Amino acid sequence: MKISPLNRRRFQNFRRNRRGYVATILFFVIFMVTLFAELIANDKPLLLSHDGELYVPFLVAYPETRFGGDFETEADYRDPFLEELIAEKDGWMLWAPIRYSYDTINYDLPVPAPAPPSAENWLGTDDQGRDVMARVIYGYRLSVLFGLMLTVLSSIIGVAAGAVQGYYGGWLDLVAQRFIEIWESMPFFFIILIFSALFVPGFWTLLSILLIFSWTALVAVVRAEFLRARNFDYVQAARALGVSNGVIIFKHLLPNAMVATITFLPFVLTGGITALTGLDTLGLGLPPGSPSLGELLAQGKANLQAPWLGITAFLVLSLMLTMAMFMAEAVRDAFDPRKTFH
Amino acid sequence: MAAQDTSDTAGPLLTVENLAVRFHAEGGDVDAVRGVSFTLNRGETLAVVGESGSGKSVTALSVMQLLPYPLASHPTGSIRLGSEELVGAPDVFMRSMRGRRISMIFQEPLSALNPLHNVEKQVAEVLIQHQGMTKTAARARVLELLDLVGIPDPESRLDDYPHQLSGGQRQRVMIAMALANEPDLLIADEPTTALDVTIQAQILELLKDLQRRLGMAILFITHDLGIVRRMADRVAVMTRGEIVEAGATAEVMDNPQHDYTKMLLAAEPKGRPERSGEVPPLLLRTENLKVWFPIRRGVFRSTVGHVKAVDGIDIDLAEGRTVGVVGESGSGKTTLGQAILRLIRSDGAISFDGERIDQRGYKAMRPLRRQMQVVFQDPYGSLSPRLSVGDIIEEGLLVHGLVGKEASRRDVIAAALEEVGLEGAMQDRYPHEFSGGQRQRIAIARAIALKPRFIVLDEPTSALDMSVQAQIVNLLRDLQDRYNLAYLFISHDLRVVRALSDEVVVMKDGKVVERGPAQRIFDSPEQDYTKALLAAAFEHRMIGDG
Repeated sequence: MKISPLNRRRFQNFRRNRRGYVATILFFVIFMVTLFAELIANDKPLLLSHDGELYVPFLVAYPETRFGGDFETEADYRDPFLEELIAEKDGWMLWAPIRYSYDTINYDLPVPAPAPPSAENWLGTDDQGRDVMARVIYGYRLSVLFGLMLTVLSSIIGVAAGAVQGYYGGWLDLVAQRFIEIWESMPFFFIILIFSALFVPGFWTLLSILLIFSWTALVAVVRAEFLRARNFDYVQAARALGVSNGVIIFKHLLPNAMVATITFLPFVLTGGITALTGLDTLGLGLPPGSPSLGELLAQGKANLQAPWLGITAFLVLSLMLTMAMFMAEAVRDAFDPRKTFH
Repeated sequence: MAAQDTSDTAGPLLTVENLAVRFHAEGGDVDAVRGVSFTLNRGETLAVVGESGSGKSVTALSVMQLLPYPLASHPTGSIRLGSEELVGAPDVFMRSMRGRRISMIFQEPLSALNPLHNVEKQVAEVLIQHQGMTKTAARARVLELLDLVGIPDPESRLDDYPHQLSGGQRQRVMIAMALANEPDLLIADEPTTALDVTIQAQILELLKDLQRRLGMAILFITHDLGIVRRMADRVAVMTRGEIVEAGATAEVMDNPQHDYTKMLLAAEPKGRPERSGEVPPLLLRTENLKVWFPIRRGVFRSTVGHVKAVDGIDIDLAEGRTVGVVGESGSGKTTLGQAILRLIRSDGAISFDGERIDQRGYKAMRPLRRQMQVVFQDPYGSLSPRLSVGDIIEEGLLVHGLVGKEASRRDVIAAALEEVGLEGAMQDRYPHEFSGGQRQRIAIARAIALKPRFIVLDEPTSALDMSVQAQIVNLLRDLQDRYNLAYLFISHDLRVVRALSDEVVVMKDGKVVERGPAQRIFDSPEQDYTKALLAAAFEHRMIGDG
């Protein structure tokens, strides 16, 4: 695909904002790494050799009996007994750098949970003895995934609604605008609290509930772009050519609105992440046991004697949100037609 | 004030020597002005004339030192006002010069005036800033200035905001601001380009009159040779950042030496359409066509009145002929074109090729769109910047199923481009790679690719340079002969209308003021309004007209 000179200039502007450029790379590199969290923090070995055969315990559940144990249930590879069994048959285990998953409980803590950072648990454990490092890695992935999905979905709905309103205008626009004004003035956080109490909150339920309120963010921007651009000469020319409304919207008007939309997206992303964290902190978010940064915050608050909990959650969240904001700044610079550097 | 008088009274007021302006841009520096020299005496008018991109405005802005430094720089050159060097002068010094000894008026008064300040504040600012006047003293002086620039009943306009003034009045307010401190030098950068012809004439008259009274020098930047002849003592012709010819106005105009000047002078659209034989059959007719925009007020949005943009217009257009629609801004001529194309709602019968089309919806109109096309004024706005030239021309062809496979499609597009004097290979490039004139050719190619029978030309030459205007007019005339096209030619530029039209309709406030064969309208207009339009357009523009 040929990159138009305009887009090349935008990309150059984006890169010139060093801070934002670095933050963007960092944000997505960390995200990509955490996408493979199972390879980094896992309580099952990545690869296991036993009796001349290779096993991949982190993907497949093997019963303990396979390795000569007593139980039909899945093997607990952290069990010293199992380690012995495997060593007996000239076996070996390849572990992930962190031998804890987000829900692995360390029963061998020298002190009562929450335990402070140590060589075994780099960031300490939470009050249920779970490794904070592992929880943070999984939590980052979950938060960003949630934020990205919310962003994509709400922009699809928001752009579509804004496009239709701006293009057709008139009564449709008037009614939809009033509806959105009423919708937006609802105290959405409290409504979400009620929803969360009614439904069993899971990843998808929470996503849908937040989506109900977050799609309006983009409508105003897109609508304004469409209102402005629908009377452009080249749109008029397309009408005079007999081009259908759908094609005009997609081919001529949507690209105009994309600039405003893309500039806005990082804010939707951070908004989504913050909302999820907020709900989790209140205990109304993801189901108990999920690796959530909000839950870590709540634990930090409940265990002031264990400052590593609160500090870790604060640092991770602020790092993530700060990077997203720097990214937003760089995106804004990239699309600013008047931006010049000298 | 005293400082002014101590500086030299002998010698030229403004001396520009070997001025160069360089812009630092991505992918290399651009030399916008290269080695320009001229002088300007007190009480004299020097016109710098050139087409867009010639560097004339950049030269003017250099005098004010208002270029975007350090993005712009002067590799060489000096600009002296009296004996004071302006190039590289400290900012504080330049601020004391601007608005006091050098003032500037701009092309578009609406964007040059602060929309949030009323007239009094606008004008008084310069007085308070430079002369330290009190508010009351400034107010008296503002009234005096508004009176000077010919604003009737200035007292009542003090509280008006820019949007409440007409275009001509805004330009007068801007002139009042520029003159507030009685500058030695007034720089006028295309001060009348955005105005209607009748207003243009008034503003030019005002400037001349003020110059006589105040004895200031005027540096007049323009692309309009008619204005040069009317206003300037001396003229400098600029192209590509250089002055190619300079001298006394009459001398340069009557006996141009440089090829570029000759080309500029010869470039005015000339001639009239030649017709022979009997009148061909009627193609388009409107009867009592009306476009009324309702004014809605109150909670229930009840209609309290109408803006009558087009108010009962009859048009008869025969195949292969041209009807010129003439009017100033706000006369409803563009709305008329849009109504005929059924792009906006209208009342009254419109028939095309014997069929009523005014009742048809958007879908029902589609088959007919192939036969009726449009070319807009602004060649920058009418082509989508995101589509290649090929995509732009192809769009209409696709809608009407006129193209088949990829290979033959490229041939059809290439043929359309060649038709308008471009190359077929240009279809892979994007609009921004083309000049204004070329873009307008692309817009015309888009229209004629469908092989229409009727084209609405909505000011197709107004945004173009003079030399390009003539080319486009020739192209349009040529295409009309070749394909027997009928044109509805909408323009405020009477010279272009005369060059193309068989019949002329003069519009004002949505109504027809006068109509008739072009010959008669131009040779013996009956209505006063038509006479005024013609006088404003032709009296100071008799260049190259024979």
